[in-house]
Amino acid sequence: MDKLIIANKEFQSRLFLGTGKFGSTKLMEEAVLASDSELVTVALKRIDLETDTDTLLSHLNHSHINLLPNTSGARNAKEAVFAAQLSREALETNWLKLEIHPDPKYLMPDPIETLKATEELVKLGFIVLPYIHADPVLCKRLEEVGTAAVMPLGSPIGTNKGLRTIDFLEIIIEQSKVPVIVDAGIGAPSDAAKAMELGADAVLVNTAIAVAGNPAEMAKAFKIAVKAGRMGYEAKLGGIKNNASASSPLISFLD
Amino acid sequence: MSFKEIYDSQNWEEAKATIYNKTSLDVEKALSAKRRTLEDFKALISPAAAPYLEQMAQLSHQLTQKRFGKTIQLFVPMYLSNECNNICTYCGFSFDNKIKRKTLSADEILREITEIKKSGFNHILLVTGEANHTVHVDYFKKAIEIIKPHFANISIEVQPLDQNEYEELQQSGVYAVLVYQETYHQDKYKEYHPKGKKSNFYYRMETPERIGNAGIHKIGLGVLLGLEDWRTDSFFCALHLDYLQKTYWQTKYSLSFPRIRPAEGIVVPEKTITDKELVQLICAYRLFNEDVEISVSTRESEIFRNNIIKLGVTSMSAESKTNPGGYSVEPESLEQFEISDERSAKQIATLISDNNYEPVWKDWDKSFQ
Repeated sequence: MDKLIIANKEFQSRLFLGTGKFGSTKLMEEAVLASDSELVTVALKRIDLETDTDTLLSHLNHSHINLLPNTSGARNAKEAVFAAQLSREALETNWLKLEIHPDPKYLMPDPIETLKATEELVKLGFIVLPYIHADPVLCKRLEEVGTAAVMPLGSPIGTNKGLRTIDFLEIIIEQSKVPVIVDAGIGAPSDAAKAMELGADAVLVNTAIAVAGNPAEMAKAFKIAVKAGRMGYEAKLGGIKNNASASSPLISFLD
Repeated sequence: MSFKEIYDSQNWEEAKATIYNKTSLDVEKALSAKRRTLEDFKALISPAAAPYLEQMAQLSHQLTQKRFGKTIQLFVPMYLSNECNNICTYCGFSFDNKIKRKTLSADEILREITEIKKSGFNHILLVTGEANHTVHVDYFKKAIEIIKPHFANISIEVQPLDQNEYEELQQSGVYAVLVYQETYHQDKYKEYHPKGKKSNFYYRMETPERIGNAGIHKIGLGVLLGLEDWRTDSFFCALHLDYLQKTYWQTKYSLSFPRIRPAEGIVVPEKTITDKELVQLICAYRLFNEDVEISVSTRESEIFRNNIIKLGVTSMSAESKTNPGGYSVEPESLEQFEISDERSAKQIATLISDNNYEPVWKDWDKSFQ
């Protein structure tokens, strides 16, 4: 399988995980390890930067796991940039999942503030992965200001509804020069496989694993699904046809 | 349109009648609806829904886990003052109740938080009565200045203020403002609150709009269960929540379900709500509103709190003292009400873990204004 490269960094796994919503940090750690994921996102607001013994971070202390701090809680570009700088200092990484959702009900990302913050953060030296609507034009605009990847949503966050934005995801994948990571709404391993078959470069999953009856087993299921989907994509899927191919050609008399 | 206009267009008795006339058919329709309306909410809080409680609890459990995960946030209340110029006939801090009054000084606040921090809290709720000459915005700002370095998240439950005052408090670091209407029954409200600034029903009811206009992150609503018919009161509270959520769409909302508790020198009103009915109410709110935060305090018994964790709740207080200075300065002074669950924060965290939920001590950061 091809390796995934984001901002010159190589990843073996195309499955990224969120760390919220788990019943315990231990279950979270088990799921992360079972998934083989190398990139996990953590909400800055959940981390106690003032103590050295934050339980969330201590459970993620494995050499193959890279932290992707996120700005969940920020309502505008200004707050997000401020939070990003704090997290860079505290967690010693310039990678950032940019989340700006002024709407606490459906956590819909604000495209205008996100574009503004991405531009500013790129100038400040951040590797920015913004969480956005599946908006192909916004993706191109983000590319222009130097985003490292785009993270369009499959359906509203936490809903487990799968790839409701599939038509737009296809356009984004077709047009994108940066990795496309489908984030939010992936509810089952089959959704993740589907996203990979479409040509997404990676998926980020949280609720579907965290709230599962057995999070570690579900993480493993996602690992396999993501691999299968990617292999299917690389092996070039046969197109879908509405009719069977005619075995007796009709125009062979022209030859 | 303001909420006052919506409220004025409603009639208490009519609303009450529609709730009590709901049938099992209405309940079943509400249970199977994809998005639930206020009429569905009425059905879910109606007596007709009682036989469906297990089904409601299962749905509430699922919806809460989907939105909030297997987590419960922990917070601690800290009473800054029990001075109060209001007469609230059910409250231990009532003006006409002859108790010793106390407002914490800067030094005392520091002593209290030093004690509280030992239990591991990072979210704090500041509570006062209403004494506008001594416990005012400047007092709050000074208190917050002392508290802010020690806590990630500060909420307040104080007298209703003006919009500009909320703006000042927002700037100084207040995340959430809780203000309960007590009851939406206007005449009964006046009976329970005969004297003081609080006797102004509309000023109190319009407080969440002033909080929303001021850009505060979260607004807490609720009724004091026991003052009036809980079903009708809760319908009005849901109506209020619905209005606010559509108007101030950038704001988060939380609900609390204070049940009247005994306190020194007061007579407890009789419109009680049973444990079973309170579970019905909590589940009905969750089914009506999938993203509202739901908080349960130490007013509730150990056994109730042990079992409510999985039914829709998202935050719990622990180790609470309801008297100013209760943690270290003056542990023996009179409380606003008697708490019921006296277990330590550590015990509550263990209880949450034992239910396979994660106790969350920090879910906010000072870096967000």
